[in-house]
Amino acid sequence: MSKLYPVIGLEIHVELNTASKMFCQCSANYFGKKPNSNTCPVCLGLPGALPVPNKLALEYTIMIAQALNCNINKKTKFDRKHYFYPDLPKGYQISQYDEPVGVSGFLEVDIKEADGYVTKKFGITRVHIEEDTGKLSHIDNDTLVDFNRSSVPLVEIVTEPDFESSVDVKFFLEELHSIIKTLNVSDANMEKGSMRMEPNISLSIYADIKTRKNNLPNYKVEVKNINSFNFAKKAIDYEIKRQTEILESNSIPQQETRGYNEETGKTFSQRKKENAMDYRYFPDPDIPEIEFSPEYILSVKTQIPELPGNKKKRFVNSYKLKEDDARIISKDHNLSLFFEEVLRELKFHTNPKTPQILANCIVNKKIPLNLNKEEFLKKFNELQKPKETDINSLNSAISLVFKTNEAQLKQYREGKTTLLAFFIGQVLKELKGKADPVIVKAELIKKLAQ
Amino acid sequence: MSLLGKSITQLIKDLKDKKVSKSEIFEYFFARSKKYNSILNSYVTLCSKQSTSVDGLLSGVPLAIKDNFCTKNIKTTASSFILKDFIAPYESTVTQKLKQAGAVFLGKTNMDAWAHGSSTETSDFGPTKNPWDTDRAPGGSSGGSAAAVSAYLAPGAIGSETAGSIRQPASWCGVVGLKPTYARVSRYGVIAMGSSFDCPGPMTQTVEDSALLLQIIAGHDKYDATSSDEPVPDYKKQMLEKRKFTIGLPEEYMVGLDNDVQQKVLESITVLEKMGHRIKKVSLLDPKYSISVYTILQRAEVSSNLARYDGVRYGLDRLHFGAEAKKRIMLGTYTLSHGYYDALYKKAQKVKTLIINDLKRVFSEVDIIVAPPTPITAIKLKEFEKYPFFGETMDKLNEAAAVAGTPAISIPCGLDSASLPVGLQFMGNYFQEGTLLNIAYQFEKETNFFNVIYEGQKKYE
Repeated sequence: MSKLYPVIGLEIHVELNTASKMFCQCSANYFGKKPNSNTCPVCLGLPGALPVPNKLALEYTIMIAQALNCNINKKTKFDRKHYFYPDLPKGYQISQYDEPVGVSGFLEVDIKEADGYVTKKFGITRVHIEEDTGKLSHIDNDTLVDFNRSSVPLVEIVTEPDFESSVDVKFFLEELHSIIKTLNVSDANMEKGSMRMEPNISLSIYADIKTRKNNLPNYKVEVKNINSFNFAKKAIDYEIKRQTEILESNSIPQQETRGYNEETGKTFSQRKKENAMDYRYFPDPDIPEIEFSPEYILSVKTQIPELPGNKKKRFVNSYKLKEDDARIISKDHNLSLFFEEVLRELKFHTNPKTPQILANCIVNKKIPLNLNKEEFLKKFNELQKPKETDINSLNSAISLVFKTNEAQLKQYREGKTTLLAFFIGQVLKELKGKADPVIVKAELIKKLAQ
Repeated sequence: MSLLGKSITQLIKDLKDKKVSKSEIFEYFFARSKKYNSILNSYVTLCSKQSTSVDGLLSGVPLAIKDNFCTKNIKTTASSFILKDFIAPYESTVTQKLKQAGAVFLGKTNMDAWAHGSSTETSDFGPTKNPWDTDRAPGGSSGGSAAAVSAYLAPGAIGSETAGSIRQPASWCGVVGLKPTYARVSRYGVIAMGSSFDCPGPMTQTVEDSALLLQIIAGHDKYDATSSDEPVPDYKKQMLEKRKFTIGLPEEYMVGLDNDVQQKVLESITVLEKMGHRIKKVSLLDPKYSISVYTILQRAEVSSNLARYDGVRYGLDRLHFGAEAKKRIMLGTYTLSHGYYDALYKKAQKVKTLIINDLKRVFSEVDIIVAPPTPITAIKLKEFEKYPFFGETMDKLNEAAAVAGTPAISIPCGLDSASLPVGLQFMGNYFQEGTLLNIAYQFEKETNFFNVIYEGQKKYE
């Protein structure tokens, strides 16, 4: 059997953190509230109720689409997507069909592979806004419905099937998560459900990427109920393995929706999807079409803060940080703000090495990050002072370390000189850090040579 | 003092002059409503107690409200079993405005269930009878409201029109019915039938009353994203202006009429000419084209709007839909289905644009269009079952304005040889309700509607 290449596309839902729901004035902050205490005629689908779109939610959607390099449609509208389910009060979801807010975008992500990081570009098919449904809970033979979540604004991001591995997906999700947090438009918490992800997975026989994209497999499997980035990776890996076994036995995997079981780490069959469901989309007559002027679209773009990708590049160029350190710090919005705040206090331009030194402290957790700026600076400045080294304590410490590590001492003297770092560490530990590492190193080299 | 036949405007004056009290007025209409409801079945729900009335333009005025308007504390059923026990926890914008103006509600009037029909016979609570001949239908879907005003069970009422549901029963019951421009009056709280067509509107004995009620209910509503922010003018002022109009008579609308209807309409046109208005022959798209456009678009929207009645959160489940509702849901679903959407729904939208442009063209030549609102007078009960698309066929003369969203008014213009009311309609351009009220008011002052209103009330002394 020839090699098989995974073809993975993602559908991601992000719950916005607007004050109100998407089509009514109920609070969008529903988490933990008493069931059905956060509802109104509109989000309950009462007779006669009408939807009025949330302007801020639309704006956030444009922002997300722009952060993903999409073209923003000048005209957008809402469509009714019909299906019956107890958590869907109107019997249709107000969504967007053929005129979504954003289309044809992309996201470049640094993926850590065996030999280091490689930058990959993943296509974003579309970004649109819709309303969330209520929530079902199953207790014994009963099913309960809570409509607190009904009509909360939900941004849907659909990617091209550009992902070739679960590793691709994991790094992409982390970058996307970072962007969403930087924009501050959502909690984006997968455990709480404010960010949801469903991969579509199939396997192709084509090695060449272009051929693969132009000849997509004739089936795809959707996996639901994935509650963290780690589970996403596990689910995808399992699914690839499962499909490989089927294909290698000359069968085709069933086109279906599968669920992911966290405990077993396996996917299981949920719903057969032979044909696409007919949602009978048509433009919602209750909501007039919306037009965005070029000026407005531009004004939204200017509100977008510096995104992690650009921040990383700037950290490398302006601060001369190592790329790995720049990546770690820039990925975390709050951390990168803190980093630059501290740098400003340190008047870092007087010493070009300061940013990297600071980065080391942060990345290697030499100083706890839960300190406020003043306490942090104090500790940082302490670390920079050359340590007073008491020679007697140093010599005692070295003797003790040599006594308790005879095996390593022997190995060193036999030629394993890389153990020098080990000895430095042990001596510093013994001295509780109260020594200048440079002096410790010099003294050790002397004593080891004896 | 007998209150019989007093208009809303007159009642307000009598209240102000302290000739009568609010409770006296309410008791009077409640007693009449209770007495005649067993014969006419005008009301689904009668309110025995007068609710608190605040001071306002309509202070103390009792009104009958069509049962598709959500009213807090009073059942709202849309004349369907599914909602037979439903009490809305919120108030529709229209009834809220009326309440804020001081109006009180006598009750909720019968209608075709879900507004599906033109005779009030698809109601799950029995048909309403035409006060002029109780073997006949009052028209629909606002039949209960039209009958209530005609028999003077209420001095005025609120109805709604998707295509003809105000004008046609007004015509068959001999009262004044106004369909405002789409989006002129908020739909928030009105049980949706055809979302891009539904228009709440007043049904009254006089044009002045119609202007008064419209003044109260018109205007932008933040709870209805489609409602227009076009400023609301002083309708009474516009109604009273001394104006002479160029009135278009479309020959396509004078075809296939009952002889009596044709005669009465032509007589009315002669009256208009004598009054100094210029009648001009115009040509409009044949009304038959509106039928398919309206049927497809309306039923598609109906099938979607009824999806929420699943019995999970309120009401009974969909097994309790009546036959007409089921038919419309099936057909509507079909037109939205994959493979049929383009050929049916999308195409109908395109033809809708043609109808709109056609009307706009004629309104560039004339101020108003005059026509009959229905080709026939009230039919006998159960006759409607003969026609598979009864509602839409019956309303073909009303559908152009419904599809385009332009305003129109139906007024009585005489009786036919069976002593049944004949209606006359005026159609206007967008937001030209003032113009329509003006010509209707002039006609009323000139003819007193040929005593139709008076004759109708006499039957229920």
